[in-house]
Amino acid sequence: MAPSDHRRPYKRPAISDQQRRRDHSLLRQAQNRLDAQQRARCLASSILSLENPETDSVPDLDSTTGQEQSEVPPKEFDVRQASKLRGVEARRWFARQLMLPEWMIDVPDRLSRDWYVFARPAGKRCFVVSSNGATVSRLRNGSILHRFPSALPSGSRSRDASGTSQSYSIMDCIFHEPDQTYYVIDILCWRGYSLYDCSAEFRFFWLNSKLAESGACGPPSQYHRYRFSLIPVYNCDHNGLSAAYMGAVPYVKDGLLFYNKEAKYQTGNTPLALVWKDENCSQYVIDTDNQGNIPIQQQEHKISIDCLSKERDKMRSIYLPNSDILSLYIWNANRMKWVVLELQDDGKLNTSDDPPVAFGCLDSDFVHKSGLHSGNLLRFSIGDNGLSFMEERLDKADLCYIGKSNRARAFADSYSKIVFQHMVRHSPLKMDDFLSSITSSDDQENQLNDIEMTG
Amino acid sequence: MAFEITQILLSAQSPDARIRTEAETTLKQFQEQNLPGFLVSLSFELSNNEKPIETRRLAGIILKNSLDAKDGARKNLLIQQWMGIEIAIKSQIKGLLLRTLASSAPEAWHTSAQVIAKVASVEIPQKQWPELISTLLNNMNQPDQPASLKQATLETLGFVCEEISHQDLEQEEVNTVLTAVVQGMNLAEHSPNVRLAATKALYNALDFAQTNFENEMERNYIMKVVCETAMSKEVEIRQAAFECLVSIASTYYELLGPYMPTLFELTSNVVRADDEAVALQAVEFWSSICDEELELQDFESSDAGESGSPHSCFIEKALPALVPMLLETLLKQQEDQDQDDTIWNLSMAGGTCLGLVARTVGDAVLPLVMPFVEENIKKPDWHCREAATYAFGSVLEGPSVEKLSPLVSAGLDFFLNLMKDENSHVRDSTAWTLGRIFELLDVISSENLQKVVMVLLESVRDAPHIAEKVCGAIYYLAQEFEDAGNNSLLSSYLTEIISSLLATADRTDSFNSKLRTSAYETINEVVRSSNLAESSQIIAQLLPAIMNKLQQTLDLQIVSSDEREKQSDVQASLCGVLQVIIQKLGSADETKPAIVQYADQIMMLFLSVFACHSSTVHEEAMLAVGALAYATGPGFLKYMTEFSKYLQMGLQNFEEYQVCSITVGVVGDVCRALDDKIMPFCDVIMELLLKDLHSNVLHRSVKPAIFSCFGDIALAIGEQFEKYVHHALPVMQQAAEACAQIETTDEEMMEYGYQLKRSIFEAYSGILQGFKDTKSELMVPYAPHLLQFIELVCNDRQRDESVTKAAVAVMGDLADALGSNIKLLFKDRVFYIDFLGECLQSDDEQLKETATWTQGMIGRIMVS
Repeated sequence: MAPSDHRRPYKRPAISDQQRRRDHSLLRQAQNRLDAQQRARCLASSILSLENPETDSVPDLDSTTGQEQSEVPPKEFDVRQASKLRGVEARRWFARQLMLPEWMIDVPDRLSRDWYVFARPAGKRCFVVSSNGATVSRLRNGSILHRFPSALPSGSRSRDASGTSQSYSIMDCIFHEPDQTYYVIDILCWRGYSLYDCSAEFRFFWLNSKLAESGACGPPSQYHRYRFSLIPVYNCDHNGLSAAYMGAVPYVKDGLLFYNKEAKYQTGNTPLALVWKDENCSQYVIDTDNQGNIPIQQQEHKISIDCLSKERDKMRSIYLPNSDILSLYIWNANRMKWVVLELQDDGKLNTSDDPPVAFGCLDSDFVHKSGLHSGNLLRFSIGDNGLSFMEERLDKADLCYIGKSNRARAFADSYSKIVFQHMVRHSPLKMDDFLSSITSSDDQENQLNDIEMTG
Repeated sequence: MAFEITQILLSAQSPDARIRTEAETTLKQFQEQNLPGFLVSLSFELSNNEKPIETRRLAGIILKNSLDAKDGARKNLLIQQWMGIEIAIKSQIKGLLLRTLASSAPEAWHTSAQVIAKVASVEIPQKQWPELISTLLNNMNQPDQPASLKQATLETLGFVCEEISHQDLEQEEVNTVLTAVVQGMNLAEHSPNVRLAATKALYNALDFAQTNFENEMERNYIMKVVCETAMSKEVEIRQAAFECLVSIASTYYELLGPYMPTLFELTSNVVRADDEAVALQAVEFWSSICDEELELQDFESSDAGESGSPHSCFIEKALPALVPMLLETLLKQQEDQDQDDTIWNLSMAGGTCLGLVARTVGDAVLPLVMPFVEENIKKPDWHCREAATYAFGSVLEGPSVEKLSPLVSAGLDFFLNLMKDENSHVRDSTAWTLGRIFELLDVISSENLQKVVMVLLESVRDAPHIAEKVCGAIYYLAQEFEDAGNNSLLSSYLTEIISSLLATADRTDSFNSKLRTSAYETINEVVRSSNLAESSQIIAQLLPAIMNKLQQTLDLQIVSSDEREKQSDVQASLCGVLQVIIQKLGSADETKPAIVQYADQIMMLFLSVFACHSSTVHEEAMLAVGALAYATGPGFLKYMTEFSKYLQMGLQNFEEYQVCSITVGVVGDVCRALDDKIMPFCDVIMELLLKDLHSNVLHRSVKPAIFSCFGDIALAIGEQFEKYVHHALPVMQQAAEACAQIETTDEEMMEYGYQLKRSIFEAYSGILQGFKDTKSELMVPYAPHLLQFIELVCNDRQRDESVTKAAVAVMGDLADALGSNIKLLFKDRVFYIDFLGECLQSDDEQLKETATWTQGMIGRIMVS
């Protein structure tokens, strides 16, 4: 009721550090909460279904990698923890994280309406993960390609000085050696936002709008060692297809990739992403060259063929799921082709598909004698009887065992790859087939429209 | 029914504690058993001229406290009790109170006036005391009563006006009340005592006089009387009149235009020649005008085009005369004014006002101030040098950086040298000015940094009051390097700065704790602003040193309550430093081990700090524990058994709501550190959090933090949150509904509403994400209510952006967690399309991203 004291602050050093400390705490808590929620938003959809999920012991990261029982990571696992995995664990984990296109062995319906097409860069397919101020790229087998600063979100120390943000981004890239550039072909996570469950259409839209904004497409600098680049993606119509097939790009092409617009990012093999190549758009159409020479890397295994040649007849296995044989294609034994398949408990030889396709069966005596184990990746040549198809499905395969696969291999060939390679040698799909498919479906649509118009 | 209570009231003031306590107990029992009898007895005591003054005064105070309390809940209770008393008894009490106004004992009528105002505040709005005003006005015309009755009556009128709104009375009554008060100020008719009482009454009645101020004739009359009173020959009356003018400046700023020439003349005469008490009020008048104009400027710049009242630019217009007047006051310093916190004199008020003027008019102040600075800064009289420095320091905020930078750059060296001035007042103001320079301007370069650091570290050893300001200067100097990145210029001085500050904190020549606190807080800022890569070693060395100091506080023998308070203060400072170090080193993987290796010892210290304050949880220690939990992660589990009791204590500390609020935040930290390992502690935590939410006593600001904390717990324990759903979700729904009722006219309530909405969304987000994939069906029944709440929030166009972010995120979480289960729900509520559209257009990248993600999540369920 008395007049208030009109004293004002005088020469007071205006430090209120306690309030500042409170504010800093609140800020840190809010940021951590946001990070935790963002992580949750992404995590569940990016958790991998690993084998034996019932084991929930945390893998001992320092232990050697040979012991199978400690190799199974817990179910709740994200990519930042995965990046601490070593050896076999890491290979397995990362091998299952990429979406692997099937090889195109026939032309999908509604190609022009439902699909995108783009020219695939030649190079190393890898995961790029930016988090906590660093960027790491990992090859399909889990080994680290580069560890570097980048302009991606949380991709370098300079951007997140606080270092508190745990948000991370994951991209599916091809590292193209000649121009030292990461070409981004897909995006899985951006600043902690999961895009796994989003359609390809949406992911490409996001990728296009976000990557350039982040500055990652800029030239290399101290805080951004490698350039990232977008790839022009076309609707798979006449023009788009021609542009992808013939258009000039700054990179060496290795075939065309076709993505179904509605497809989510599905790890492992998927028929909703397809790869196709011919001599015009890839140097590597056939695993062996036309003279039948085996590329240098495969030379060492030729020795193993010689060693085993005496046993060869014994090793032959014929798979006959259907007795009514209609042989569509005969494998040309002169043009040798390796096929890599995974040995199962019961001796079956499976492709990497899910569900797998069995290409044959080894008898248990042979398995035992050769010291093979379930899970081994084995190399086979296709025998004289080649592959037989019945109504466009594999019917019979004539396989000859060669030996264990190169250790760097993480998984078997896919069904579509084997068939594609087979077709390339006999009755390849050609660009003209795509174009005519587009034209005919366009015609059909036009007809439908015409009918509607007149009705 | 009145009882004789004189003896008890005397005993209640006995110096003998035993007698006093006994009397207090008796009074309390009386009050509880027979409230009407108690109040009547007190009223008789107060009104009875035969009784001793001290019992009458105490009776009045107890009466007042029976009607009013600071605590809102208690006040309501008291009012209910009063209203429950029989009308006849209340009339008797009111009659006695009014009769007391005629008492010759000032203590009696003074107390009675206050009690009457409290009764009036309850009864006038309910029209239960219609005769009060007429009775009071009647007192003014009683020739046969003592002269003091008028004085008492005027004081009562003032108090009553302050307690009630003019809308509680008929306008006719308002007019007569004001007429009585203003006439009471009339020189010709009344004694000085009556005029003083009338002037003070007017001060209290200014808000009440709103309608009269809007009428030009009445306003002219009131202003004329106030201005005349401001020239009375009695100092006290002049001071009271100027207090009225100060209040008028802020209450009726927009109406002042015509009176400004007069007011300027009046105030400048007073500032130059009058008694200091009056002059202080005259300066305050101009400070209040600055406050008003600054607020208008803030309002205009934030809400362009929607200006409420016009800016009259009084300061700008008065500037050429106002600034010289203020500069003159700066030369009227008192010796030793810097060492005594209780002093408030004309030079201090003048400098403060000059600072406000600079903020109000900006660049225009500089040409008027700089010549004064230049002229005085080298004079032999310390008063001149101090005034020049203080003037310069005062105008550093407001003018543009372009105008100030050249002046400061040119003067910096001079000011650094002035830190060695022979006079301590000059050094004190110079240290303060340097702090302002570093706070407000960017003048440090690789060329001058060394000298700056040298001078500051030298001066921090000066007298405590100067050292305290030097700490402030170092604080802001460090802050300039906050975002310096690599090769921070400050890095090479870090060791020296920190050791000087530690030595400063240890000084024993200071009378109070301010220097020690400033030194530690400055260490905090130095640590926070340092470049982590370049300073982590030094900070890692500081850690055990601070731990050691904290250990020393625990080893002290505490006897007196003063020592206990000092111990608590020092512990607060040291826990603060530890918190900052933990947060700094914990922020990067490379430096985290420096914390983790000491984690056990640090936690032991914090637990000991908690243990030595039995009555309350130490706030700073709690904050620091949160930082430690974040740094240690899952390793924090081993401390939980011991720590959880303090967590529980903190969550139950309703009185110190800051402590409760901080503890809630720490629960979140612990959740994120432990994930589902926190499960064994969750039952008791959830129980306490729910109790907190239901409490009427706990400050409301804690409640949003509790909802956010639900989200933290749910995210940590995932599907195990199931058992809390039936308790937590209904409260969240209730709170969501309460949000709709929140007053939108009150800015503070609106801000609270935003916090509440945001936190409810965060709770839902945590729960939805926690249940995703395993128990999401549990949330299906709650989805419609949530979506309805989101819609309600979306429809509020004014909503804060942080609310928008949380709303769009929780919508995505809803779609993400429940998937096609709620497809129909989204189909029925198309509001989300516009809402997403709005978010996608935002300039905020984060919001756009969240909205795009949510769009993807909803899109996914709509096509499925």
